[in-house]
Amino acid sequence: MKGKETLKTVGLFAALALFVAALYMVFIYVPTEAQMGVVQRIFYFHVPLAWLGLLSYTLVFISSIMFLWKRNASWDNLASSAAEIGFIFTTLFLISGSLWAKPAWGVWWTWTPRLTTALILWFIYIAYLTVRFYAPEKQQGARFGAVVGIVGFVDVPIIALATTIWQSEHPGALIFEGGLAPEMKLTLMTSIAAFTVLYIFLLTLSTGLKKRENEIEELREKLE
Amino acid sequence: MSFLSKSLAIARKEALAEMRTREMVFAVLVFTLLVLVIFNFTTGVSPQVVHDIAPGLLWATFSFSGVLALNRSFVREKENGCLDGLMACPADREVIYAGKALSSLVFMLSIEIIALVIFTLLFNVNVLSLPLILITFLATIGFAAVGTLFSALSANTRAREMVLPILFLPVVLPVVISAVQASEKVLDGKSWGGLSPYLQLILAFDVVITAVSYLVFAYVIEQ
Amino acid sequence: MPNGNPETVQTVIETRGVTKRFGNRLVLKGIDLTVRRGELAVLFGPNGAGKTTLLRILATIMNPTAGTITIDGFSAKDDAGVIRRKIGVVSHLTFLYNDLTIRENLDFYARMYDVPQRKERIQETVEMVGMGARLNDRVGTLSRGMQQRVAIARAVLHQPEILLFDEPETGLDQRIISVLWDNLRYEKGVKRTIVLTTHDLDRGLELGERFLVLSRGTVVYDNVRAQVDTSLLRQTYEQWAGVAI
Repeated sequence: MKGKETLKTVGLFAALALFVAALYMVFIYVPTEAQMGVVQRIFYFHVPLAWLGLLSYTLVFISSIMFLWKRNASWDNLASSAAEIGFIFTTLFLISGSLWAKPAWGVWWTWTPRLTTALILWFIYIAYLTVRFYAPEKQQGARFGAVVGIVGFVDVPIIALATTIWQSEHPGALIFEGGLAPEMKLTLMTSIAAFTVLYIFLLTLSTGLKKRENEIEELREKLE
Repeated sequence: MSFLSKSLAIARKEALAEMRTREMVFAVLVFTLLVLVIFNFTTGVSPQVVHDIAPGLLWATFSFSGVLALNRSFVREKENGCLDGLMACPADREVIYAGKALSSLVFMLSIEIIALVIFTLLFNVNVLSLPLILITFLATIGFAAVGTLFSALSANTRAREMVLPILFLPVVLPVVISAVQASEKVLDGKSWGGLSPYLQLILAFDVVITAVSYLVFAYVIEQ
Repeated sequence: MPNGNPETVQTVIETRGVTKRFGNRLVLKGIDLTVRRGELAVLFGPNGAGKTTLLRILATIMNPTAGTITIDGFSAKDDAGVIRRKIGVVSHLTFLYNDLTIRENLDFYARMYDVPQRKERIQETVEMVGMGARLNDRVGTLSRGMQQRVAIARAVLHQPEILLFDEPETGLDQRIISVLWDNLRYEKGVKRTIVLTTHDLDRGLELGERFLVLSRGTVVYDNVRAQVDTSLLRQTYEQWAGVAI
């Protein structure tokens, strides 16, 4: 118990430290981008969010397979936690994309392959969460979620391919980044690191919570 | 051979039940036609406009009526406990998947062919060409493959009519995107060569998604 | 593969530690059950005791969370297909498609069970239950009693050695059962093994050769007819079920 608590505290502080560093770098250290101006700084949040949104669904996929195979509730907790957090990160990614696009190019949205794929991934997250919510029993929700986790993940590369082919026929979409100066690369790396640690921290918190909820349910069952 | 004959027995049973009541055929067909008519009035009546958006119109219609068609697949099994009856039969769970997917495929294709004919008549756009029918066929395979899996899933949830589209539509989007573009090319008179990337993508989707759906179906159906 | 030669194995149904959990609800808590060949086992129990769940697991419609089921020497986990051929299920739901005719329903199931000489067998079973005249009528147009009879025909189409009856008195008419009883008990000279769940103690006592009481997922009473003390059984049932029968 003690070990886990210490680790959690360390994780929290590491996340905080990294974030402070990242925020400093994003707002003070890194120079303003020539073309787009100050608003370009959203890039350093936008990219990590995309990366983690996708990574999270990969985690949903892997835990879904493991859950169907081993039927261990821990894998299910991991899957649902990864789905919830991944959904939030993907939502923030889409919103940050809009916040960036409007001042930079005057449009709230553009159908680039990356954004479109992310949007559909967002819908797949929703499908996952909907199925779990509307399942009549928790156990079924876990199973159904796992199925959506697997089918959805397998679909993502196909979606990316389809949108890329679509883009090649409909050019004129906006490009979000050009080359990266060394300071920018460093800032981006720090930001990615900060978000990743935050992600892991949230994931650990969430799975721990679900585990305890399960334990309470089991105890309640025994009392009846 | 047993697998095939039992899947066909299930598909046959579905078709029989469908033809007996005709309730689903009627509902889906009327819905499809209504959607087409509504689209006509919401997008302007100019022939050029219609020609340009015909593919999009068609595939939007097929997507929505596809959901309607798939909804019925497992609902019928819920009455009289028929699903239990099926599960008690000496057949792999996958036989149920194959039979129902086949039956949904045939059902959706029938509706789509009729819709294509009506579309040609209503909008003066010839959508009854061989390439377009091929695209429709391949795309519908994908619809039926993943739609049957999700239909079984959503039949076991609360608010099942709502859950199915939420699952189905995002997942089949790559097929719809490709089908629309391929259909555009066909209507523009392009050759078969230009269709190849789209057909390949739809085919890839069909293969991958059918394989995955087949493999996970047992987990959806079990209790 | 079975452990012994099926013809000489006396135990037809055997469960060890069968447990079923739905989410956090434990519906069956380690059922150990033995039914001998040709025996008629009656399973008593109040609602929620787990009778239907147990029967569905025996029919391999459902998998247990833990435990083993061996039917006629075959394991339910590995040889479900073989087992399903040996079992006929009669539930309070009919398993029939309302829009299809009796003939179409039976033909469908005959195909699914690989019944040889389908047409003849369908004719045979349908006449056995007295529904021969209505073969081409839609099941949905039949009365409840008639539907139940067809459900029985459906269950015996493939000549199963084992019949599972789930609460016949809630779905099935007593008169029908009485009339058909001989046909259900014996098929072509072979005495079937039957497991029957019921609320009706008197009826159950009348028919059964072995009696079990299931309460809250556990078997609390298990005895053969010769050793049954009716008043003790009644008492046990009251005690565990909290209801008098």
